[in-house]
Amino acid sequence: MEFSLASVAKSDLRESAAKGFDVPLLVAVEGIMIEEFHLSHLPPELAVYVACYTDVKNAPYLRQQLLAGNQTFNYAFIDASTILSRRHLLTACFRACNDYIHDRLKSNNVQSEVVFCLSSNNNIGDAFRRFGISDESKDIIVVKVGDSAGGDGSQTYNKGSIESHLNEAVEGTGIDFSDSWLKGVCNLDKVRKNYKIAKPQPVKGAKTVNGDSDEALNRRSEVEVQVLGLMALRGAT
Amino acid sequence: MPTDLTTTIPAPSPTTTHVLPSPFTYSQPAPVLLTQGAEALVYKTHFLDPSTPAILKFRPSKAYRHPTLDARLTKQRVLAEARVLVKLGGVGAEGDGLCEVNVPGVLGLEWDVGRKVKGAEGAVRVRRTQGQEQGPSQRRGQSVEERVKEEEGGQKGAWILMEFVEGRSVKESLRGVDAYVKRRGEATSQEETARMNEEVKSLMRRIGRAVGAMHSRGGVVHGDLTSSNVMVRPRAGKGLNGHAEQRHEEESSSISCPDLKGEIVLIDFGLATQSIQDEDRAVDLYVLERAFGSTHPRQEDWFDAEVLQHQDGYRGSFKGANVVLKRLEEVRMRGRKRSMIG
Repeated sequence: MEFSLASVAKSDLRESAAKGFDVPLLVAVEGIMIEEFHLSHLPPELAVYVACYTDVKNAPYLRQQLLAGNQTFNYAFIDASTILSRRHLLTACFRACNDYIHDRLKSNNVQSEVVFCLSSNNNIGDAFRRFGISDESKDIIVVKVGDSAGGDGSQTYNKGSIESHLNEAVEGTGIDFSDSWLKGVCNLDKVRKNYKIAKPQPVKGAKTVNGDSDEALNRRSEVEVQVLGLMALRGAT
Repeated sequence: MPTDLTTTIPAPSPTTTHVLPSPFTYSQPAPVLLTQGAEALVYKTHFLDPSTPAILKFRPSKAYRHPTLDARLTKQRVLAEARVLVKLGGVGAEGDGLCEVNVPGVLGLEWDVGRKVKGAEGAVRVRRTQGQEQGPSQRRGQSVEERVKEEEGGQKGAWILMEFVEGRSVKESLRGVDAYVKRRGEATSQEETARMNEEVKSLMRRIGRAVGAMHSRGGVVHGDLTSSNVMVRPRAGKGLNGHAEQRHEEESSSISCPDLKGEIVLIDFGLATQSIQDEDRAVDLYVLERAFGSTHPRQEDWFDAEVLQHQDGYRGSFKGANVVLKRLEEVRMRGRKRSMIG
């Protein structure tokens, strides 16, 4: 059994699709970017599914479904420009899942708790405004936390059904959930603002172009460490 | 509902005397106990996936304290530590990049394992969970009653998940140097001795600078500065496998001198407080001085000159350092307690 943060190999998925698994071949091949995680320490049957889309054209429609409380849209829709890295998002998922298994969710369900766990303050609405999908969102991340055995009580699903549903609902191009993609779409200034992190002073006697990228990388990981700490401290009084 | 627990959940290994709180109780691979203090147990484990090492610091609840008081104290302490770590993590390198504070980042935090949604206790919770047809617990083959019972009898306390710091402590490093010198005996050339001494001195200056940065930029007093609470992290070895292997080879050859290069990382902020008082800072230095002197007698004589007085050490690290060092002289005369009370 998979306990690790291993993504299920893409070739497996194509194979299962070719074997006439319950999703049509075309959709499965097109939507190979959905990734399944089993985070450490959490019960192995608890799975986190992550799918990413770029060039999304129907963000207002998706947001409307969430506002209307459409039960078939039981996902966390996240604006990718607020996410620094895979670790950033998965840490929020970890806390959401941990609170879920310990029966202490603050929001409606696990999916919304993922968005809430990204926030550094205790305001749920504020968390959705900052990290959730907006009408202008172009790059989005869709997260679903659930039971890999299928079903969360209200409905049954599996990786294939999530995938086909999302590919149908989201008008955008699927893309891998990778750090390099996030690096491109993430807005560092926005992240700093969301977590109230002061912008670092420009270095006196600026460094050479050579060392520049290295410097930027360092800053990024520094910000990430801070962000994770602030997320962990949310709710502490 | 009769369910067989043994088939679904492996029993905790008999070597661990302490049961970890949920969700770490059945973690695979199991967390390894590294060290234990009066208040906390420190485990090495992993975060998100098994390839990312992490430190789990668990503060079990103390049975001899009144439950309400216990929960409050444990919470206050674990939160104080986490806040200081997050605060110092935000200080980072600034400007010249010389004055930097490195601390492990906080990855996860739980200040009360037994914490529940307001008002939902015991029996109420059973009803709540039964109401939700398919709670996560039932998937684990446990009935709700069993789960509630387990939770109530289970470990209480608080935990922090932190970044794992590669490298080794200053204590280990300096002991390594001592052992190396002893083994080589007369064979050490004068040049080599001089080079090694210079390396040790450089390390000591960097410690002084790091403490200074923590005091000034962080506004934090560590409270328990010792050479085992200061780590030397190899610069390139930020979680790189290649580096770990290399170190392993070094250790097996066992005659080489430990590498003292790398960045200083301060750990264990369990007794830290946020303070900018000269007195508190001076006491912090005094504690380090006494601890260092008794742990590393060979290097004791260098402490004042390198760690404290050197321009690249504490004195040069921030503006108010002179005043603190002046105060330190007073503290040395009287000891660390100013008042006679407590």
